[in-house]
Amino acid sequence: MTLATMLSKEEKRLIKEIWERLTPVAEDIGSDALLRMFNSYPGTKTYFSHLDISPGSSHLHSHGKKIVLAIAEGAKDISQLTVTLAPLQTLHAYQLRIDPTNFKLLSHCMLVSLACYLGEEFTPVAHAAMDKYLSAFAAVLAEKYR
Amino acid sequence: MVEWTDAERTAITTLWSNIDVGEIGPQALTRLLVVFPWTQRYFGTFGDLSTPAAIAGNPKVAAHGKVVMGGLETAVKNMDNIKNAYAKLSVMHSEKLHVDPDNFRLLAECISVVVAAKFGPSVFTAGFQEAWQKFLAVVVSALGRQYH
Repeated sequence: MTLATMLSKEEKRLIKEIWERLTPVAEDIGSDALLRMFNSYPGTKTYFSHLDISPGSSHLHSHGKKIVLAIAEGAKDISQLTVTLAPLQTLHAYQLRIDPTNFKLLSHCMLVSLACYLGEEFTPVAHAAMDKYLSAFAAVLAEKYR
Repeated sequence: MVEWTDAERTAITTLWSNIDVGEIGPQALTRLLVVFPWTQRYFGTFGDLSTPAAIAGNPKVAAHGKVVMGGLETAVKNMDNIKNAYAKLSVMHSEKLHVDPDNFRLLAECISVVVAAKFGPSVFTAGFQEAWQKFLAVVVSALGRQYH
């Protein structure tokens, strides 16, 4: 919660607006970010050995969509991030147990995907706000780990 | 020695040949200073860095961004010997500039975001990104190599 409060009112508004706009293309953004992560950081693929994550695969798309929709949901009310993410916290801590270092890797690829799709609109200010939000999101996600 | 596939070499040279260091460099450095404000510690003599707008409009930031980005030319021209090509620069960053080498990694991230925004998804594909980031990672490693 303390991390989420590091975002100013303007930053929260900006983040909420961006994700609202991108919700219709959640599948595209999500699958793009995942693909970039698997390509640049092959170690991340080890968590998906039970799925087909090849480019264009239905697993890649549905999974990417799921992740982006969760990020977009959190953006609707960032001050409530811990409440919104409670079920996902449990899932990641007790079932998925993804090493939290990987959240940073996906966050970076998410920023690259956003930059690709938004171009100049992804200003330094938007980039900074988004980086902070994704860091906060990842930290909240890992809260129940230990 | 770092092994580069033909695809990686092509990706890196293609991207580099389309990068205007005078354009990308200032944007990358601006982002570093805005997204990771603690990096401003190294730029006390640069004048007004108080707001993102001030940073983006700061001529010293722009000039320095161009210099730093231009420094990648050494790597592009010495892809099979990047470690040695940056030995002197590494010593300088350690002994004279006292820059925490983790900052090289942060700047590399910013460069990738700027390149992505510039080229879009059809050019900056997942494959190109992988090659470009591997390239930057080698440069980052070389720059930190001589620290002691």
